[in-house]
Amino acid sequence: MDTATNRLVNAPTLAQRAYNIRRHALRMGEVQGQGYIAQALDISDVLATAYFHAMRYRPEDPTWEERDRFLLSNGHYAIALYAALIEAGIVPEAELETYGSDDSRLPMSGMASYTPGMEMSGGSLGLGLSIAVGMGLGLKRKKSSSRVYTLFSDGELDEGSVWEAISSASHYKLDNLIGIVDVNNQQADGPSTQVMSFEPLVDRLEAFGWFVQRVDGNDLDAVVAAFDAAKMLEAPKPRMIVADTLMGKGVPFLEQREKNHFIRVEPYEWQLAIAALDAGRP
Amino acid sequence: MKSTRPAPDLSKPRLTTSAMIASIASEGQRTKPAPFGHALVELARHRPEIVGMTADLGKYTDLHIFAKEFPDRYYQMGMAEQLLFGAASGLAAEGFMPFATTYAVFASRRAYDFIHQTIAEEDRNVKIVCALPGLTSGYGPSHQAAEDLALMRAMPNMTVIDPCDAHEIEQVVPAMAAHQGPVYMRLLRGQVPLVLDEYDYKFELGKAKLLRDGRDVLMISSGLMTMRALEAAKALSDDRVDVAVLHVPTIKPLDAETILREAGRSGRLVVVAENHTLIGGLGEAVAGVLMRSGVHVPFRQIGIPDEFLDAGALPTLHDRYGISLSEVARQVKGWLT
Repeated sequence: MDTATNRLVNAPTLAQRAYNIRRHALRMGEVQGQGYIAQALDISDVLATAYFHAMRYRPEDPTWEERDRFLLSNGHYAIALYAALIEAGIVPEAELETYGSDDSRLPMSGMASYTPGMEMSGGSLGLGLSIAVGMGLGLKRKKSSSRVYTLFSDGELDEGSVWEAISSASHYKLDNLIGIVDVNNQQADGPSTQVMSFEPLVDRLEAFGWFVQRVDGNDLDAVVAAFDAAKMLEAPKPRMIVADTLMGKGVPFLEQREKNHFIRVEPYEWQLAIAALDAGRP
Repeated sequence: MKSTRPAPDLSKPRLTTSAMIASIASEGQRTKPAPFGHALVELARHRPEIVGMTADLGKYTDLHIFAKEFPDRYYQMGMAEQLLFGAASGLAAEGFMPFATTYAVFASRRAYDFIHQTIAEEDRNVKIVCALPGLTSGYGPSHQAAEDLALMRAMPNMTVIDPCDAHEIEQVVPAMAAHQGPVYMRLLRGQVPLVLDEYDYKFELGKAKLLRDGRDVLMISSGLMTMRALEAAKALSDDRVDVAVLHVPTIKPLDAETILREAGRSGRLVVVAENHTLIGGLGEAVAGVLMRSGVHVPFRQIGIPDEFLDAGALPTLHDRYGISLSEVARQVKGWLT
């Protein structure tokens, strides 16, 4: 266990959890010399809230029947989810150094067959919400109170299958679904809003019958309030959190780097990035 | 693209495309209605984990029978095949056994990545049941799944079954459920011919079965082409040609042992007949088994040519592309002389 984590008190705050998730992700990025690190940094506050405020799970039993399900539709965010799974105690921290290596349980793109706590195989985009619909229907059949959280990216809004799933979730009144779309406005070929416009996103999703909240995805209080409201809502609707995020969040020189889907980090910069993150440690 | 088709000769009589889903039963043939739907209902009575799902084709895949019996276990996913298979994966992840139906073209072509990634890669227990396999519609290439077997057998973890008739479909349904993992079944629906009950036949997953023996020709076939092969064998016996028929309903995993044993008996022409493009289906699978094992026999294929097929009446098309009874018999005879 690294020293920063060691120094934390027994009940870390959410801000400390988010910081730890960012730090685990940076350390994995350093191992591989690359990774979707800017996305990992932008989504850490959402993941901290999901895993340390909203969700029900048992770290020692990742397939516990009563757990809330978490689907990572944007499989390239795996580095971020691994960081959260490490922080949650589902994946041992010692495995962090295997990230992206041969025979690792932590491949570059998230796959259910590799990693404890990974509920789906991503990589091909636009799959997660369809699986979530099936899980939501299945949980209702079982009269389970578990929820299905699905994280996906704004670029995935280009995929028609996402809208098939969005239609069906409201058709089936799947109030056990909570979607989180990461609007960092960056996809492979450039700013998402320029690649294929998706605004006004809240209006669109509401028109499809969802309960929608739009928040600053890097404002922990706002994210917590959004998760709470999504869970508390009585209306028989699926729930969506539109999270506007800042790529590279928490590492100032990466926040300011020219925005790219896959940002370049020089070998010497990983330690600098960790130092910059540590400088703002909560 | 400009139309390159000549104007038709209006003085000649012509068959019409009877419907998108023409019956494959010949006139006077014994049939059974909706064998899949009824078999699934029977099975589901004592398998509460079974659910039915479709993408706006419940009535056309005989799943409406299940829907009527178990309305609360039936999921209409709308005309959205990607959603259908993604959601089937999700239901399977929660311990259910979805039977997901659509047309073969939409599962194998439109939703391929969803089946590949959300079902096959995760080895989810989803049963994919698809009507209009191969050339069983005169509607044109949009509904003619000439390549579904090639696509599905190329997918790891996928079991692929091409049953011949109603008698077999009734047995395939429980066998699919008994198998843990994804299965793709080619469905004959509506009034489905009844043939194999006369052959003391029993379906076993992964097993090829010799339906009749013969000295001159070994026909290896699956699906409705086994029906054609049996009819052709009878017709050819009038010409003193003795034809054996080996029925191979499980395309994957292939029963290499039985195929090698039968093909290895010397002196026979081996003909593989399939309702599928000649590329990547049963014929090439059998050829691969023979070549890899050093079995060298005279080998011919009957199947659909590598082209976009015409629209028209199904009997016309089966004649045109060489998979009708008369065309099967004619080709086999031609290869013997």
